[in-house]
Amino acid sequence: MPDDSDNSIRTATAPADALAGAGTVPEAVARPPVVLVIEDEPTITEAIRFILQRDGWVVRTHDRGHDALECIRDGQPALVILDVMLPGRSGFDILQAMRAQPGLAQTPVIMLTAKGHQQDRARAERDGASLFMTKPFANAELVAAVRHLIGQPPA
Amino acid sequence: MTLNILFAAALGYVAFLFAIASLAERHAHRLRADGRRPRLLHSPLVYTLSLSVYCTAWTFYGAVGYAARSGLEFMAIYLGPTLVFVGWWWLLRKLVRVGKAQHVTSIADMIASRYGKSNAVGVVVTVLAVVASTPYIALQLQSIALSFGAFAGDPGLAPRQVALWVAAGLALFTILFGTRNLDANEQHPGVVIAIAVEAVVKLVALLAVGVFVVWGLADGPGDVLTRIEAAARPEWQLQPARWMGLTFLAAVAIVTLPRMFQVLVVENADERHLATASWAFPLYLFLMSLFVLPIAVLGLEIMPEGANPDLFVLTLPLATGQDGLAMLAFLGGFSAATSMVIIAAIALATMVSNHIVVPLWLRLHPDAAPGTPGAVPGPGAGSMRALVLNARRLSIAVILGLGYLYYATSGDGAALAAIGLIAFVGMAQVLPALVGALHWRGASRLGALAGLVTGAAVWLYALFLPSFGQDVMLSAALLADGPAGIAWLRPQALFGVDGLDPLLHALFWSLALNALAFIMVSLVTFPKPLERLQSALFVNVFDTEGRGDGAAPGWVRPRSDPGATDETEGLLAMAQRVLGDHTAQVFFRDEARAQGKEGFLPDPTPAFLDRLERQIAGSVGTAAAHAMLAQITGGRFVSVEDLMAVASETAQIMEHSAQLEAQSEALSRTARQLREANERLQKLSVQKDSFLSQISHELRTPMTSIRAFSEIMMDDQGLSAEEQVRYAQIIHDESIRLTRLLDDLLDLSVLEHGQVNLDIQTASLSALIDGAITASNSVQPERAFSIRRQPEREAITLQTDTGRLKQVFINILSNARKYCDADPAFLTITVRQRAGRVSVDFIDNGSGIGKESQALIFEKFSRLTDTQQAGGAGLGLAICREIMLNLGGEITYLPGQGGAAFRVSFPARLTPAPQGSAAAGAPLGGTGDANTPSGEPATTAVAAKD
Repeated sequence: MPDDSDNSIRTATAPADALAGAGTVPEAVARPPVVLVIEDEPTITEAIRFILQRDGWVVRTHDRGHDALECIRDGQPALVILDVMLPGRSGFDILQAMRAQPGLAQTPVIMLTAKGHQQDRARAERDGASLFMTKPFANAELVAAVRHLIGQPPA
Repeated sequence: MTLNILFAAALGYVAFLFAIASLAERHAHRLRADGRRPRLLHSPLVYTLSLSVYCTAWTFYGAVGYAARSGLEFMAIYLGPTLVFVGWWWLLRKLVRVGKAQHVTSIADMIASRYGKSNAVGVVVTVLAVVASTPYIALQLQSIALSFGAFAGDPGLAPRQVALWVAAGLALFTILFGTRNLDANEQHPGVVIAIAVEAVVKLVALLAVGVFVVWGLADGPGDVLTRIEAAARPEWQLQPARWMGLTFLAAVAIVTLPRMFQVLVVENADERHLATASWAFPLYLFLMSLFVLPIAVLGLEIMPEGANPDLFVLTLPLATGQDGLAMLAFLGGFSAATSMVIIAAIALATMVSNHIVVPLWLRLHPDAAPGTPGAVPGPGAGSMRALVLNARRLSIAVILGLGYLYYATSGDGAALAAIGLIAFVGMAQVLPALVGALHWRGASRLGALAGLVTGAAVWLYALFLPSFGQDVMLSAALLADGPAGIAWLRPQALFGVDGLDPLLHALFWSLALNALAFIMVSLVTFPKPLERLQSALFVNVFDTEGRGDGAAPGWVRPRSDPGATDETEGLLAMAQRVLGDHTAQVFFRDEARAQGKEGFLPDPTPAFLDRLERQIAGSVGTAAAHAMLAQITGGRFVSVEDLMAVASETAQIMEHSAQLEAQSEALSRTARQLREANERLQKLSVQKDSFLSQISHELRTPMTSIRAFSEIMMDDQGLSAEEQVRYAQIIHDESIRLTRLLDDLLDLSVLEHGQVNLDIQTASLSALIDGAITASNSVQPERAFSIRRQPEREAITLQTDTGRLKQVFINILSNARKYCDADPAFLTITVRQRAGRVSVDFIDNGSGIGKESQALIFEKFSRLTDTQQAGGAGLGLAICREIMLNLGGEITYLPGQGGAAFRVSFPARLTPAPQGSAAAGAPLGGTGDANTPSGEPATTAVAAKD
């Protein structure tokens, strides 16, 4: 299957200091960086988990919107992969809430959407998503995005 | 005959008039209390007779004198009104219509009202009317005094004393009947009846004297004509210019004289009476003039040289010993004089009190404005009503007093007819403003003022003041050489026009300069908004019929005013003082009721204020009424600009009226339709966008899993066999899901567009339900799920598209299995049949569907659950709804049943649609066999055709 260049990294809009900060925090606490996947479709969750674990990341998952923010706050992940259409609370909502919280304002976020509206992309950028990816995506693309945002996986 | 008998006759006659007037008043009052209209008082005959106040003592006695001096010239005085009534009837109708519509109380009020309810205009007209009428009233007093003297045969009889008594008596009568009530319409039924009776008396008297003269003294008409021929004098030669001028003057007088306006417009009970008057009044005038010349000629023949021809009507019967006839003639003359004085006094008093006394009082007592909210009506403030009535009474007394004074000081100098004509010219100054009021939208207040003042000044200078004789008002030198020797300003030869009859000269110059000033100033000034409004109401009075009072928004105010109630209370307080407690309360109560409110306080809507103002204007005149309302509601009305906008809008609407309205209505209808169509399109467009976005989501989700796992399998060679099988399984399942979604979409599309071919079969309902239960058992087969049924009721033979119906049942049952959250879960199927329709209820024992969601569940993509385990794309119930529509039935959610409850109802026998027979079977005919090879249930219950 040919690679979808649509979902390239050029949409990254995260501020530089946010990237830098995100890269250093896990090392400071000497804990393996965690990628938190918030996605309600079980097979997609399973695929992402497989792909990122294979690349060396610790992956946690969560499958609903309404308590996703608490999950992020408690887990202090290095990166959040956030679906837009979630039961209970939309991904945009969660992103906004994150950006309003001091501890989570800098955490990199990759938004995933199956709708692919242009205005959704614009909204994600405005609300401070680091990346916006449309489903379906290439596995390599997701891996590259994660590495771009939080560096190399721990050896 | 002694003087005592004469006095007794006069007093008896007056007492008779009193009796008639008070009877009529009482009769009218009683009928009005019953809500009926007094027929006699409202007859066209009474109206016509009341118009005869035109024929005063001047006409009764003076016409004969006039004829004796100038021959047929006197006929002009009758000809003018005849022309107006016959030929200018439409002007009179307009005058009456406007007067009634505006509740006009006098000619001054009419003109003031038209020119922006301007009191200045009202004052000028009032002053002019008083100045012009005073000599005229004096003339009537003089005629009565003279007739007493002539009758008594005692020239030494103190005529002034008689005149004083007559004046006092007339004042009493006028006050009693003219100011009895402060009626909104300012009508005086008692007075009008008395005037009508007097009209008959004077006509009968004059005719009787005439008949006596023609057949008693002469030998019939032929003989009289011969005598007239013989008596003709050189000065009887008609002067065409003077004849025409007099005719014109008399024509003007019939509408401008205050007393004529009073009977013609103010006392008019019904506009249709004008139609009768248009021929009956000229006839009356004709009869009045019939014997004038014979009496004059025979008087000149029989009476001694030097006898006053003005009294021939009286002295001829006396000299020939006809005492009874003489008494009748005396009463006729008495009637003519008194009727004029009474009506003139009422008209003038109304003007004086409304335009001078009340406004002055309002200005002097700004704080004690009647009805100001919170103002305590102190004893000093008194009632507004009492004030107005007293002002009228005082005015009547003063006017009659002035008349007497004029008579007493001017002596017996001027001939009767001359004074009458001078008054005519004076009141004729109102003509340009009056005609402009009715016919020229551009006429302005300042123009009217300029014309009135100019005309009045010229009249005073060129006619009125010189009429007193040399060196009385104007010096002989001024009359001869002009002021300061300026020849072209000589009063009787203005601008060098010399040698003209003084009356014609004054008439020409006063009216010409008056009209010129009126037109010029009107052209260069811009009327105020209120003037524009009033001008529209006056000029277009016939166009505004049927538009209701609301069409005349003299009052404009913003909506929803919190102080409205206070204000209405103030208005009520004021109205009570002006109209009297009872009348005001009835008016307010009716207004409130018309607005659908209880009590006495209607909302101060513009329409209400407008009606109230007119009601009050009926008592105190438009200018004062406007000022009083403005004082109470003052400061809370919209700005001049807003008013201007309304004014021009109103004017426009009136001018283009129906046509424009219809046009704009059609336009706005089209605009509304376009707007609605646009809204529908926008809504559709939004729905379509949202649908496409949903489809995108539903397609991309399985595709994401498929792509991700296929890439994993391609990239990663180190996968375990278990992993490979599991991932291949996911790819497979997701592919099935994609296919199912596409099938659902296609099915829905076909159903929605009504292109479905129904495959009508015969089957029993119980067999269909059996099949549906079997098919849905594969949904979460591990769960315990029991179903309660009523086999005896299910024994119904159906003739319908059984495959489609089963599809609906499967969907409902599958949903129940998926979503019923009770443990143990069970579902009840209840069947009812009535009138060929079958309804099947599916009710489970779960927690059901929330109220807010019940309306949504039949919409596309309306999946309510959180998880993807439901499997479907949320199209199932949307498809069910479409299927049931196609089967002539429906599927509904039954709220309040404890659990989720769906009712499917449909006709037991569906008559096949005509187009259905040609197709070979249903293209999408689901068999209900929803199992897929993977073992996953076809949860949307649309058969997967893989």
